[in-house]
Amino acid sequence: MNSKAADRVATGVFVAIAIVIVTILVGLFFYIFVNGFKYISFDFLTSPSSNVRAGGGIRDQLFNSFYILFLTMLITVPIGVGGGIYMAEYAKPGKVTDLIRTCIEVLSSLPSIVIGMFGLLIFVNTTGWGYTIIGGALALTIFNLPTMVRTTEDAIRAVPRDLKEASLALGVTHWHTIKTIILPAAFPSILTGAILAAGRVFGEAAALLFTAGLSTPRLDYMNLNPFSEQSPLNIFRPAETLAVHIWSVNTQGLIPDVNEVASGSSAVLVLSVLVFNLLARWIGSLIHKRVTATK
Amino acid sequence: MMTAVKERTQVDLTVQPTPIEVKSENIIAVRNLEIFYGDKRAVNGISLDIKKNSVTALIGPSGCGKSTFLRSINRMNDLIPGARAAGEIIYEDLNILSQDINVVALRKEIGMVFQKPNPFPKSIYENIAHGLKFAGIRKKTELDEIVEESLQKAALWDEVKDRLHKSALSLSGGQQQRLCIARSIAMKPTVILLDEPSSALDPISNAKVEELIIGLKKDYSIIIVTHNMQQAARISDKTAFFLNGDLIEYDNTKKLFTNPSVKKTEEYISGRFG
Amino acid sequence: MEKVLPAKDRLLKSNKSGLNGELRGKMLVILCAIIMISATISITIFLGTKGMQSFTKNGISLIEFLTSTKWNPTDKASPMYGVLPFIFGSFAVTFLSALVAAPLGIGGAIFMTEIAPSWGKKILQPVVELLVGIPSVVYGFIGLSVLVPFIRENVGGLGFSLLAGTIVLSIMILPTITTIATDAMSSLPNHLREGSYALGATRWQTIRKVLVPAAMPSLLTAIILGMARAFGEALAVQMVIGNVRDLPSSILDASATLTTIITLNMGHTTYGSVENNTLWSMGLILLIMSFAFILLIRYLSSRRKLR
Repeated sequence: MNSKAADRVATGVFVAIAIVIVTILVGLFFYIFVNGFKYISFDFLTSPSSNVRAGGGIRDQLFNSFYILFLTMLITVPIGVGGGIYMAEYAKPGKVTDLIRTCIEVLSSLPSIVIGMFGLLIFVNTTGWGYTIIGGALALTIFNLPTMVRTTEDAIRAVPRDLKEASLALGVTHWHTIKTIILPAAFPSILTGAILAAGRVFGEAAALLFTAGLSTPRLDYMNLNPFSEQSPLNIFRPAETLAVHIWSVNTQGLIPDVNEVASGSSAVLVLSVLVFNLLARWIGSLIHKRVTATK
Repeated sequence: MMTAVKERTQVDLTVQPTPIEVKSENIIAVRNLEIFYGDKRAVNGISLDIKKNSVTALIGPSGCGKSTFLRSINRMNDLIPGARAAGEIIYEDLNILSQDINVVALRKEIGMVFQKPNPFPKSIYENIAHGLKFAGIRKKTELDEIVEESLQKAALWDEVKDRLHKSALSLSGGQQQRLCIARSIAMKPTVILLDEPSSALDPISNAKVEELIIGLKKDYSIIIVTHNMQQAARISDKTAFFLNGDLIEYDNTKKLFTNPSVKKTEEYISGRFG
Repeated sequence: MEKVLPAKDRLLKSNKSGLNGELRGKMLVILCAIIMISATISITIFLGTKGMQSFTKNGISLIEFLTSTKWNPTDKASPMYGVLPFIFGSFAVTFLSALVAAPLGIGGAIFMTEIAPSWGKKILQPVVELLVGIPSVVYGFIGLSVLVPFIRENVGGLGFSLLAGTIVLSIMILPTITTIATDAMSSLPNHLREGSYALGATRWQTIRKVLVPAAMPSLLTAIILGMARAFGEALAVQMVIGNVRDLPSSILDASATLTTIITLNMGHTTYGSVENNTLWSMGLILLIMSFAFILLIRYLSSRRKLR
């Protein structure tokens, strides 16, 4: 085969690979949505799930997912942004900074099941809390923290240096400069990163199996006292999230309509993640427009 | 012992072997100033006095150490990892290179304007109020007053008074640079350092900035780094010529440009290199 | 007006004006950094000690644990704790899925950077990002409801198999490999391409002889990162692999991995029991492997810097 023909064959192979990748995605989305939307109804979204009978919904799982996500972000964002500020603004090259970098790398490469095991050891057994929402949120914090730190660090490093110098040259302290100049300038990128991270947290299940558990007590949505056992807001109750629900109905469930419930739940889950992604993109492009418009 | 060794102190403030007398007409006295980036020496032991209420120009080819010197006067070099200085820069009887200096307070008195206009991505008003608010001025009336006064002094007030709350980024490059000067003035400094403030501007904006600088010297002592020898000749009272980290010649501007006493200076101003 | 103070009071650090906030802010972010360090260290220590308990407290032989193929912890008379089949399963799905995903991922990267840099990236980039976004339980569910029956009817066996696990994992690590490989290819200096084309090489020759060798350390990093993800993935694999305790003899046999056994048994073994402790030892293997992958990546990146 001469080199021209080989070149054409190779090009064909690469195009084929691209087509395969696109086909995989299209196939997956097609399956998830075509199969799932059939089962999504107002009833499905608003009725509680059933352990044995058909016709259960995902009301509690949906609520749990958002509630755990909210708590996780509530803990992760301040710590992650603080860590990112430290890495971008205060860390001096040296052993300590290398150690922190290594820690971030280790945390981000831990399998989520291992994080779940750590959560089980500390937040479930050592504390004696049992399976709780707060335990799940803390496990997901470990899962999410490295992402938030990196996002913040990158966002801050992308802020033009001369803005920082301008503020310092006015006799403003470094910290006040960070608060009033650097963070506002980095905010859009941090927000975009946080939303993307939220999508990842929303779909996570392995870290929650042994921390937030596989069950949800009977909830009374009128009960807003966070210390009451039936209150959905109680952070010391077990909570099965949507992602965990998909796993548990498939592997441990007894309900006859596994496929319906799992399909519907998957569609809702993927749709939610998609919304997070689109939101992040939309904010990103909005900011891009604002930045380029002023130049 | 009271005079225990301060290891971190590069320059000891308490022990001055030869007390430097700063004449009252001078605001800053520099003695044997050396600046290093890591192992590389960027400024080689220079000494000079900066006169109060005058414009001092620093000229020389790129990399000659003039900007490095300028940035050491308000300790902006602290931001560069590996940069350190030895020698003395005496301001108000203190060696401002000392570790004991509160650089935040120092920078309030010795302001700086940069080469590229760098307004904050905030409103024109907020650009000026930023430093003031940090300095503890919160009263709206007082802020309003200083904002107007600073913009007046920077000859920008008439152009922006109707849009103080519009983004500073909507201004032209020249206006932005004058805003940066106004922002600096608002802090009521005694010295203003200008690092090639008009190199990024068009000729008309440049002329406005130059006019502004000449007007400012009655209230402030100004040190300006410039690439543009005509600019130095037009606006400065004294000029310092730097080459390879050395201060080659420092004299009245008129004298230096018409009758330099060092051959290198003559070669540089006549355009033979640089 | 503030100039009435003498210079010493204005300019020395003994005048703390404005510096308190600085200290407080710095402390705050240092605290955040300390939280990260302590989280990492406590994970290592706690999982390390807990994972050692089956050897130190329960007296299981480490050699037996790692090399025996017999796993029967519930046998009252002679319980057996050999996890080799699961270690084998973990490595098998990891390598096999890398074998499938690496050519696809790197091929996709080359398509985006070399074949159709203008529009290829516009299509493939979002596709890859969307693939990342699909949660792993959804991959597992689709694997379970589509792939497993498909294999059962068209290829043979039960359907629950190494093959199913491999395919699911391949798709899951594909975006990781593609993204990093794309970055690697597009950060190659352009003069490499120009130099090669100037010598009359075809595009394929340029890719094969110049670009891929030049990007090799980064491409290997991409594959290692993909493998790290595959090794640690739990739920998706668990749903399709069948979870049997024997060593598989063919790719169509059901199998199990470390993660799937942990997932399956952690919930219904008593905390502190011998069987439960062996699960923590398996978790420790996962932790050690994740350190090993980091070291491997560091080694590769140090080689990249040398070039």
